Amino acid sequence: MNEHLQNTITKIQARHQAEVQEFRGEFTVFIEPADIQCFLLELRDQHMFNICIDVTAVDYFPQETPRFHVIYQLYSMPYNVRLQVRTRLDGNKPHLDSVQGIYKSANWKEREVHDLFGIIFTGHPDLRRIMMPEDWVGHPLRKDYPLGYEEVQFTFNFDEIMINKPHPKD
Amino acid sequence: MTDLREVSVDELRHLVSDRAMTGETMLLNMGPQHPSTHGVLRLLLELDGEIVVNVVPDIGFLHTGVEKTIESKTYLKSETMTDRLDYLNPIGNNLVYCLAVEKLAELDVPLRAQAIRVILAELTRISSHLLWLGTSALDLGAMSMFLYCFRERELIMNIFELVSGQRMMTTYIRPGGLWRDVPVEFEGVVRDFLKAMPRRIKEYEDILKTNQIFIDRTKGIGILTKEDCYQYGLSGPVLRGSGVAHDLRKKQPYSGYELYDFDIPTHSEGDVYARYRVRVEEMSQSLRIIEQALNKLPYGPVISNNRKFVPPPRAELGESMEAVIHHFKYWTEGFLVPAGHVYATIESPRGELGVYMESDGTAKPYRVHLVTPTFSNLQAVPVMSKNHYIADLIGIVGSIDIVLGDADR
Repeated sequence: MNEHLQNTITKIQARHQAEVQEFRGEFTVFIEPADIQCFLLELRDQHMFNICIDVTAVDYFPQETPRFHVIYQLYSMPYNVRLQVRTRLDGNKPHLDSVQGIYKSANWKEREVHDLFGIIFTGHPDLRRIMMPEDWVGHPLRKDYPLGYEEVQFTFNFDEIMINKPHPKD
Repeated sequence: MTDLREVSVDELRHLVSDRAMTGETMLLNMGPQHPSTHGVLRLLLELDGEIVVNVVPDIGFLHTGVEKTIESKTYLKSETMTDRLDYLNPIGNNLVYCLAVEKLAELDVPLRAQAIRVILAELTRISSHLLWLGTSALDLGAMSMFLYCFRERELIMNIFELVSGQRMMTTYIRPGGLWRDVPVEFEGVVRDFLKAMPRRIKEYEDILKTNQIFIDRTKGIGILTKEDCYQYGLSGPVLRGSGVAHDLRKKQPYSGYELYDFDIPTHSEGDVYARYRVRVEEMSQSLRIIEQALNKLPYGPVISNNRKFVPPPRAELGESMEAVIHHFKYWTEGFLVPAGHVYATIESPRGELGVYMESDGTAKPYRVHLVTPTFSNLQAVPVMSKNHYIADLIGIVGSIDIVLGDADR
């Protein structure tokens, strides 16, 4: 394991009592959602994690109770190491502080997470939908959002499907 | 879905300056159907005469919900979708997807498969750069470049057709190795390509070197500093054009890139011309890698022998009932991947391409997120294009080599 990463992890564990996981040589730090801004600022300024590669989320509905994990992939250009930061969020309309003031690259990525998962980033200057149309209802990457298969029309359910079709072709 | 709503002016008010509200500057839409946006990208421009005051990129026109669809398919079936994201770099997309699966499953890839992966990935890089060079030179008024670049790109497409039967969407790289070994003609065809290409690259350079219009429209245009690159998380030729020698093939080697000797072309100007230089020099470096890989191409199997993750060889199906059952189960149910999450990256022609993959131990991925270079790089367009002419914006958007399928996913 990289020396710099080792030092960083020891320091942040001591300071934040953060839970650290290792899997296949990758390190993940779990942090409280309220601390996310000061934690990432500390990583950027004191531990040289100067690039935020990605912000994404995972939905664990219904099997886990804090249903969302928001994931930050950080990279340190001078030390060539990666670190994953995760935070757990609960509720249907969870709020999280935006980190786009710390890493500008997070701007669109937070918009994407907002669009596809419905997580509200407070303090984001331009929180509009980015992938889906502006008038879309729902957040597609949530696990309770249906995949949207069309039901196959047979003779026994022909009329039933015809009635429910949004735009029936006569 | 009946409660459709219109977007109000107030919601979009923060995107433009106060001068636009008084009518001092003009708002203009460029795209989504515009030849120089290389796909379906819409740029909302705020113009003061011919000078760009602000650019607001609007993406999502090609959003197909790939990440959602992948969650409902097995690992093998969802691989075919990765080709179609960045359609100029299909092999690279397969590669990064397979690297993620292999990392999760702790699969070892035979050396021959790794070397062939490198050869094909570098060929894809050249073909992608060729297409970039052709189209962006076309945007900037060098028409003949387009024809020359497509002529050479055809040779690479023929190589892909030879090895996989497909010209673009190959899905040739599979978890654990390759679909099958390359045919015997492969080496000869690639060697012919290697022989022809250096002279052709020289030709491209000569055409553009003396083209005063091209030079005037690229030098000093769209400058990005190192700090901007770090802040916006840029990668690939854009980052290397700003003087940062960062290449994941060197920094965090995968697929045996550490075995090959190559340089990272870097230019410190940070303008459109520097990005053009980086890409052209990268093509020569790719040729070097291909030649080395071809010279020491090892013999042996091309797919892992861990039968949990690879299909049984075709020959066994005629003799062994177990192989038939395995074959059937493999292609219908897929394979089980240990629970956990990994992040795999490669250096795609456009920059850092990553896959975040999470498995819950079943045959389908729980979540796959594709971290695409175009998405990050597009964010920097407003920074690059401020206070330039609207005509220069064409060159700037072209210089980051956008593929909208990659950005929208």
